[in-house]
Amino acid sequence: MAAPTTAAARVFGSGIRRREDPRLLTGTSRYTADITLPGQLYAAILRSPHGHARIRKINAAAAKSAPGVVEVFTGADTDGVLQMIPCAWLVPNSDLKVGPFRAMATDVVRYVGDAVAVVVADTVEQAYDAVDLIQVDYAPLPAVVDPERASKPGAPQLHTDVPNNVAFHWTVAGGDVDAAFKNAEVIVRDRIVQQRLIPTAMETRGALAQYTPATGELTLWNTTQNPHIVRFIMSGVTGIPEDRLRVIAPEVGGGFGSKIPQIQGDFITVFCSMKLGRPVKWIESRTENYQSTTHGRDHVQDVELAATKDGRILGLRCTVWAGMGAYLSTAAPGIPTILHGLMLSGPYNIAAVKEDVYGVYTNTTPVEAYRGAGRPEATFMLERLVNKLSDEIGVDPVEVRRRNLIPPFDNGHDVVTGLKYDSGNYQGALDKLLAHAGYDALRKEQAAAREQGRYIGIGVSLYVEICGLGPSQVAGAVGFQGGLWESAIIRFHPSGKAHVFIGSSPHGQGEETTFAQIVADELGVSVNDVKVVHGDTDSTPMGWGTYGSRTTAVSGAALAMATRKIKEKARLLTSHLLEAAVEDIDYANGKFFVKGFPDRHKTIQDIALMANVAWNMPDGMEAGLEATSFYDPPNFVFPFGAHLAVVEVDPSTGHVTLTRYVAVDDCGPQINPMIVEGQVHGGVVQGIGQALWEHGIYDDSGQLLTGSLNDYAIPRADVLPEIEVLHTVTPSPHHPLGVKGVGEAGTIASTCTVYNAVLDALEPFKVTSIRMPLTPERVWRAIAGREGA
Amino acid sequence: MTLSITVHVNGRASHADVEPRLLLVHWLRDHLGLTGTKIGCDTSQCGSCTVTLDGVAVKSCTCLAVQADGCRVTTIEGLAPDGRLNTLQEAFWNKHGLQCGFCTPGMIFAAQALLNTNSSPTPEQIRHALEGNLCRCTGYQNIVRSVEAAAGGR
Repeated sequence: MAAPTTAAARVFGSGIRRREDPRLLTGTSRYTADITLPGQLYAAILRSPHGHARIRKINAAAAKSAPGVVEVFTGADTDGVLQMIPCAWLVPNSDLKVGPFRAMATDVVRYVGDAVAVVVADTVEQAYDAVDLIQVDYAPLPAVVDPERASKPGAPQLHTDVPNNVAFHWTVAGGDVDAAFKNAEVIVRDRIVQQRLIPTAMETRGALAQYTPATGELTLWNTTQNPHIVRFIMSGVTGIPEDRLRVIAPEVGGGFGSKIPQIQGDFITVFCSMKLGRPVKWIESRTENYQSTTHGRDHVQDVELAATKDGRILGLRCTVWAGMGAYLSTAAPGIPTILHGLMLSGPYNIAAVKEDVYGVYTNTTPVEAYRGAGRPEATFMLERLVNKLSDEIGVDPVEVRRRNLIPPFDNGHDVVTGLKYDSGNYQGALDKLLAHAGYDALRKEQAAAREQGRYIGIGVSLYVEICGLGPSQVAGAVGFQGGLWESAIIRFHPSGKAHVFIGSSPHGQGEETTFAQIVADELGVSVNDVKVVHGDTDSTPMGWGTYGSRTTAVSGAALAMATRKIKEKARLLTSHLLEAAVEDIDYANGKFFVKGFPDRHKTIQDIALMANVAWNMPDGMEAGLEATSFYDPPNFVFPFGAHLAVVEVDPSTGHVTLTRYVAVDDCGPQINPMIVEGQVHGGVVQGIGQALWEHGIYDDSGQLLTGSLNDYAIPRADVLPEIEVLHTVTPSPHHPLGVKGVGEAGTIASTCTVYNAVLDALEPFKVTSIRMPLTPERVWRAIAGREGA
Repeated sequence: MTLSITVHVNGRASHADVEPRLLLVHWLRDHLGLTGTKIGCDTSQCGSCTVTLDGVAVKSCTCLAVQADGCRVTTIEGLAPDGRLNTLQEAFWNKHGLQCGFCTPGMIFAAQALLNTNSSPTPEQIRHALEGNLCRCTGYQNIVRSVEAAAGGR
């Protein structure tokens, strides 16, 4: 059963089975919804059925007297107990205006799903039965759901003192973009709609709050990617001091960004427990999840690219209207700005860029990070326009890319937006992609197929992403209301087994395994002798969470540094015990030995025992074998890659069949290639979902038309090809292990890759733009030259 | 109003008085404490709640507890009672067929239903058989490999 590990085969880089899996495969693990406490009550939340309305009156009398009901609360009850829900990414120099965000609305509801009241009852059935008995008298107001339209004069206004619903206006500029467009021989343009997506982690959100009035202590089990941030924010909103607030992220069933923010239901659940002094549980239904948990993307982008006739890119200029939803979610303003605008030039040498981003309130569910978060939207703009440039000048899209790529670099490259990429070899990834896919042969097949009336398309996209968030000094400078370092503790027990405690909070990414591999690789212990603990603020050190492909890049670095402290102490103790000079102690494969005398050695297990019993320590050395490291990265990491898709389009129906997908990704050295490949699979498929199927749709009154899994199409097993996954390896120069991060890579690359392939297939029909998702109806309308494509 | 039922769950008879509207999945989770069966939607789309009922894979959100009266139900907790994983569980572990693990119990029962009728399915047949079970983490590829491996006894 145990994963095989030997000293001879290096465990770093080995695709060993995950240590997480046995408990998950047997149903013995506990997600938030699975936990029940003695005396627990259940909360059910009444949510607005209107996109925008004034609340005239709430009558909860019938609900209060319904069977099993303990209490009904409305927004007015939270006055003096809960502060406003804060936005935690206050992007500077953007005239940011935060509309008040209450846990429950009192006067105006601003989206379908805005919380209005909560019933707490003995059973979940009683709670939901009673919710139906609450009568709310609403006066509907005009609504607006499109971010561009919402920013125009005359649009319905969501918040007072936020003219034209513009939450912020942020710009990024580098180089002389006006000169670039003045000197351009070719200009290509597009209007791109990055449609709203609904993250759809298979576990919905939920919370279980246990407040103890006698001690003023709160324990909160929460479906979160970042329990320490939850503690920080929850303390600020409730006034419960951080030392009396324990947040536990138990098993968490996927997040993809939607479990970063604190949402209304979290605060409502805590409030109910505070008021009643009993444990209260709230678990979203899927329909509730689609209304109340954050969404992603929702950009309208006007973008233009200036180039020479031979395909050299001179500049990029764009305006983006980014929908924020009705309120600013925890990290929302940073996503279309810092994580988007700074990546405009991608892997190319582009001397001039300028972007205006308007973050706009609309009568929709708040928008947050969704896998890739800003970077897929940037990559799409750039890679789409490079293809348009290729069409315009009649040069193969791969060749146009080659003419603009940044040459390989291994220790820093400054780009026009002010970032310094760490390392990259974009040509290497592209070459590997084309060779593996057989690009030239594919083009021949495509030509032959067209002779037979079949429409095959080939799409290629490159990407470079900003990950490993990030230096805390930069976080502060860009308005992030926290740090972005991580810490790790490694503690050896007398028997030589070890616990690792980390502040980040994996929820499917496998760090219980890969982090054990880091320790095993650094210190020569078995992977099975290292237990990685995460997700409990009372037992783990401070950390800022798992998102932005940062866990291995930052938290993993903290752990590597902690193991090196252990190694140094072990060397000193070995030198003392063997009565040899410390300079003469070498280390290899878990043994500390005297140079030239490998038999005179102590194993790490020997040292763990001797340090813990402390019978014979050198003067001044503390007992125990434990180390803590705080790692604040000196820079971001910048993974990259090149992807290719092949599609066939049936012009009579508009149906797109994805026949092949090849991914070449470079996340630096891989700790566990099996896990890396799994991350790429999942990421690629989510991006394909955006290109072909997924769309969170509101009607003009703010009704969410895709409010369940009947209506919102996430990819299913039978509509996908086998994804061919390859890698190149370019280490990060500043990371102690050279690793970068891979959680979001697939999603960042795949949407535009598939889109480019479909548009390539439609080249004979002179189709140059179709709104995503590329459903059969839209593709058919585009081919037929009809409206609505 | 309640009705009396007796259901053989994971080899043991369980008796209960339940509301007629109670779904099988809620009875398993909330009354028997068998929380390995998950709830991922409210429209019978996701398949996270799949169990076997008299040997047939069913979404336990589409079935009332009273309909299971007199039946045999197997949940994920019943597959490896002594901690020894069965062939499919072992294959999912070997092939990295799970990430967050939320869809996994339902996936395993859907895969078992396929293997009961087709002992050596093609990847296409596996994908077709699993189209009623949603996974957001894996992109399904390693799930398909897991089922192939289980079929091949690897």
